[in-house]
Amino acid sequence: MSSVSTAADDIFRSLADPTRRALFERLCREGEQTVGALTLQAGVSQPAVSKHLAILKQAGLVRDRQEGRQTHYKAQLAALAPLVDWTQEMASFWETRFDALEELLKRMDQ
Amino acid sequence: MTEAAAATRSVVVRREIACPPEKLWRALTQPHLIEEWLMKNDFAAQVGHRFNLRGEWGGVLDCEVLEVDPPRRLAYRWDYAHQDPAFALKSVVTFTLTPTARGTHLHMEQRGFRPSQKQALGGALHGWTQFLDKLEAVAARAN
Repeated sequence: MSSVSTAADDIFRSLADPTRRALFERLCREGEQTVGALTLQAGVSQPAVSKHLAILKQAGLVRDRQEGRQTHYKAQLAALAPLVDWTQEMASFWETRFDALEELLKRMDQ
Repeated sequence: MTEAAAATRSVVVRREIACPPEKLWRALTQPHLIEEWLMKNDFAAQVGHRFNLRGEWGGVLDCEVLEVDPPRRLAYRWDYAHQDPAFALKSVVTFTLTPTARGTHLHMEQRGFRPSQKQALGGALHGWTQFLDKLEAVAARAN
């Protein structure tokens, strides 16, 4: 549970930045891209783009692949699974509700 | 149906509760008691009865009683309609009560799927832009 929450935290943190989110969305929509191609539309310098991509990579949201002198990046949509897996949010929902249920049952004794 | 079956998941929460099954059953089936631990509701312990659970956040769950076997087993449909499939949910909640030396073992299983789930896990791009827009708000709350 905690490792999954950490994964979700990393994803939230990395996508909270608008530049990184834009990079990720572009990779989702347009498929694999080189750092150079991403820089052309990112509105920030290539080192800045590389830094953002490194953070996305650390969160598991993108993968890189070296080809000659170019680095290609690809979105990893499966990495978003922790966010769309409703079972995690429901599990913590029920745990909280059952705490309330136990409280209620104690009150019913009185 | 095969699509739904493929994407079906379940969550199980178990708890040992220090009271007899009959008392726990009351808390699970009497509307004024359900309201105290779960949500506002118009529940009735009759198979086929349709009711709503109303959350404090303003959300309304569409429910239908599927199984009533006092004080052992209770199941109801738990559906949440939402225009954004990332939030919608179709599921069934089943409570199973087993008497123990100390009281009752409560087993809750919720089985179901999100309409968006198959898409999301399959890597389809549909709906992601909208989803990502929402992330900003969620991330802001998480900080």
